[in-house]
Amino acid sequence: MRRAELVTAVVLAFFSMYLMWKSGEGPSWDPDIARFDNIGFDETGTPGSGFWPFWLSLAMLLSCFWIMVNWWRRTSPPSQSTEPYMDSYSKRWLVYVGGGLFAFLGLIEWMGFYAAIFFFLIYYLRFLGKHAWRRTLLISVLTPVFCFFFFDVAMRIVLPKGITEPLFLPLYEIFL
Amino acid sequence: MEILPSLVDGIYQALMPLNLALCVVGVVVGLFVGAMPGLGSVNGVAILLPFTFVIQDMTGSATSPMIFLAAIYYGAMYGGAISSITLGIPGASTAVATTFDGRPLALKGFAERALVTAAIASFIGATVANVFFTAFAPPLATVALKFGNPEIFALMLLAFSTFIGLGGDDIPKTIISIALGLVLATVGFDIITGEPRLQFGDPFDLFPATAGLIDTTGFSHGIRFLVLAIGVYGIGEMIWTINSTRGEVHMTEANVNFKSVMAAIRKFPEAWKGTTVGSFLGFFVGILPAAGATPGSLMAYGVTKMLSKDKDSFGKGNVNGVAAPEAANNSASTGAMLPMMTLGIPGSPTTAVLLAGMVIWGLQPGPLLFADQPDFVWPLIGSFYVSNLVAVLVNLAFIPVFLWMLRMPFTILAPMIFVLSVIGTYAAYQNMFDVWLMLLFGIGAYFLRILDYPLAPAVLAIVLGPIAEPTLRQSLLLSDGSFSIFFNRPIAGPITVIAIILIFLPLVSWVVKRARGK
Amino acid sequence: MSISLKKLATAGIMTLVALGVSSAAKAWEPTKPVDFVIMAGKGGGADKMARLMQAIVEKEDLSSRPLVPTNKSGGSGAEALVHMKGVTDPDHTIMVTLNSFFTTPLRQPGLDVDIMKFAPVGRMAEDTFLLWVNKKEGINSFDEFLAEAKKRGSGWVMGGTGKNSEDNIITDHLNTAYGLSIKYIPYKGGGAVAKDLAGEQIHSSVNNPSEALGFYESGDVIPLVAFTDERLPLFPDVPTLKETGSDFSYFMQRSVVGAPGMSDEALEYFSGLFTKVYESEDWQNYKSSKSLMGDFMAGSELASYWDVQRTRHESILKASGAIK
Repeated sequence: MRRAELVTAVVLAFFSMYLMWKSGEGPSWDPDIARFDNIGFDETGTPGSGFWPFWLSLAMLLSCFWIMVNWWRRTSPPSQSTEPYMDSYSKRWLVYVGGGLFAFLGLIEWMGFYAAIFFFLIYYLRFLGKHAWRRTLLISVLTPVFCFFFFDVAMRIVLPKGITEPLFLPLYEIFL
Repeated sequence: MEILPSLVDGIYQALMPLNLALCVVGVVVGLFVGAMPGLGSVNGVAILLPFTFVIQDMTGSATSPMIFLAAIYYGAMYGGAISSITLGIPGASTAVATTFDGRPLALKGFAERALVTAAIASFIGATVANVFFTAFAPPLATVALKFGNPEIFALMLLAFSTFIGLGGDDIPKTIISIALGLVLATVGFDIITGEPRLQFGDPFDLFPATAGLIDTTGFSHGIRFLVLAIGVYGIGEMIWTINSTRGEVHMTEANVNFKSVMAAIRKFPEAWKGTTVGSFLGFFVGILPAAGATPGSLMAYGVTKMLSKDKDSFGKGNVNGVAAPEAANNSASTGAMLPMMTLGIPGSPTTAVLLAGMVIWGLQPGPLLFADQPDFVWPLIGSFYVSNLVAVLVNLAFIPVFLWMLRMPFTILAPMIFVLSVIGTYAAYQNMFDVWLMLLFGIGAYFLRILDYPLAPAVLAIVLGPIAEPTLRQSLLLSDGSFSIFFNRPIAGPITVIAIILIFLPLVSWVVKRARGK
Repeated sequence: MSISLKKLATAGIMTLVALGVSSAAKAWEPTKPVDFVIMAGKGGGADKMARLMQAIVEKEDLSSRPLVPTNKSGGSGAEALVHMKGVTDPDHTIMVTLNSFFTTPLRQPGLDVDIMKFAPVGRMAEDTFLLWVNKKEGINSFDEFLAEAKKRGSGWVMGGTGKNSEDNIITDHLNTAYGLSIKYIPYKGGGAVAKDLAGEQIHSSVNNPSEALGFYESGDVIPLVAFTDERLPLFPDVPTLKETGSDFSYFMQRSVVGAPGMSDEALEYFSGLFTKVYESEDWQNYKSSKSLMGDFMAGSELASYWDVQRTRHESILKASGAIK
């Protein structure tokens, strides 16, 4: 965990610097305005558009250094900890769940919400949860059906259907 | 006009069969919409707005449709606490503070106590607010008018000061969390200059070669609260829970029944302090335009913690920590109706839609509404009392149902929460970009969570930032850059001073402690 | 699994074909919910109107499929314009627009949006602007306003919605035409501006009537001049700016547009739909009670109106230095 504490602080420090650099960006239509022109007070005494994000990002950067100092002096709990940042169980499950979620969103883009929910639930319930096929299928089918009636029909929030759109046209005919 | 007879008459009108039926239906709809992460009162109200047109056609007056929408609003405010407590995902920004103690209570197996406390505290908060509303609406409206930009910024400072204490012990990590939330809140467009700001290209717009690979126009609407909140709580916190408990999560005791709910009701008086603070504070913050219920619930939590003898138990499952924000957000929601009706300014997106509704039904919200439209105003106020009572009863009745969900095996509950998080994020803004962003925030939040970075301050900062930054700059525009505007105005001055003292107090005491320790 | 999916897809396509055949006989009608994009946030003027239109469609049962409103307010409408440009099904996507429809593509050329490619469904109204001051200022006419504003210089504060927006354009015009140096403070919404004017946080505003009406009726604020061509029926005693000798009028369009690439059949259907909405009693009532002007306009007439407006806004923005 000790190494992770330092690595995270360094990553966040770079991220803050990126935010500071980005805050200084002028308007795209006027290339004459130099970067970082907008982080102070303008001629009317008002803070520019980059003022708020720039100085707050600087506060983030300084806090990152503070964390590094704490790390070096071993004063914060994670910097004393000898436990691993993530053990093998955590790493495995992060990949299973996180990877599953990325695949889930990818499926949504391709075949729409309802089909994607069906496959995601089968993956999670059957392969991660080790539930029986009967239960898995029951939940995986009922959830999208319930969601269709709740969101598309009752709430009139039409979720994207992707390539499965043609299948829903008759349903619209009946329910909407 | 006499207030009491008008009120009695109003309540009588609200109890007419049609109005009462609309109340009950509205509350139940609101409760379920509010309990769904990602959906809040604003969705419920916006979606049923066209339907109210039909009701108006039937009854010929604007009263019944408004009663219906107000009931949804109330129901959703109660519902927000349910997802905060049972799923750990705040469905709306107003319910973030409810997770601080509600979630630990649920994890300890006291979900029914948390839910009951939230319901009753909400009821008391809303009732207190209703009484204030009934008695003082027009004079309070003039108070709200006195709140210009400098006053609102001072109020935001005060809200920030109360959540510095939320962060835990690691000061730099708390600062990072607050600052990150405030910076992310500026993504999108700058109101004051009208220029795009911090709109990231792909993947880091440092390399021209990658330009145009991903469609990043989604940054143009900014990073919304829900995207961060659902990512942090619905994804990050969930993965963390799975890993830290090895997937063996027990959320609630096996036997929750009517009896244990009754027992929890009897224990409610333990939460009196939080309820009292929340009810009063929430209302007064709620009536200020632009502030809304989120700072109200946050300040109520902070103040209750400050007043408590047992500060360390906050964040670990103190019932007062559930009661304070819940009493406050319900009280504030009623309070927020005040500027909407008397000044025609919405304090929140939901009141904005209600306002649109009133305009559509042919009413003119404004200072004259109370005098010109008593036939509309009093039955509506009467319905506030009635819906509130209906809401608490319905909520208590449904508690065993919500707890039944928690008894599902975690390998079923977890994927359901993931599916809800994804649909909820999409449903809030109908935008896949936000859903991807939500997932990225969730994974990032998981890595930070392991190292004890407090994330609640970031989630709240993204709500307060968009109010605080423009009001700061509008004020300075007004004063030609002089910060004295925050000190020499009669209302802004004292608030600013108190806020500054509260912000620096913990820092000073920390420095003193360190100096003595050496 | 893949076989059954294929079967499903085939079945779906067959249904689609069947539907297509049956509907080809009749005029074009939507086959799925219509994406009704609103170019502004919830609760604003455009949002109120969009929801009123949706409510009228619903109430009078004008459409076989519902209109589903989605707010896309990002970047003064940039988000909505980009969304419209990229939709896969332009026949089921329409949008409510305001003047940012003209200004946003000019201010952000990077969006690569050509508004003339959008389908001209119908102009529902033109919103009007008036100059408002708080009654306690003791100003009763436009001339007194000019004198007072000149005296106070940049101490005179005008509130308005957004930067380089409609309100800003009018303020700039007052400054240049009358040699004033009014300070303009951008707000997020017109409601907040009206409230701050009533609370004496700012000195004047150029709100739409619908935003300031409540405070006008209560006597907190008074209108001095209207930025219209003729006097408004709701404010018969308020002169127009033209009467005071300046050739300037300014309106906010409230139009419905179809996504670029919308078929002629769909355009015809939506134009017909919104003509019915426009003619409905509810819309006419709303129009007169909120002091809206402008007749219904569609097709090539609306397209040429856009062309004129775009040219006008380009010169206004160039003059104020907001674009190059």
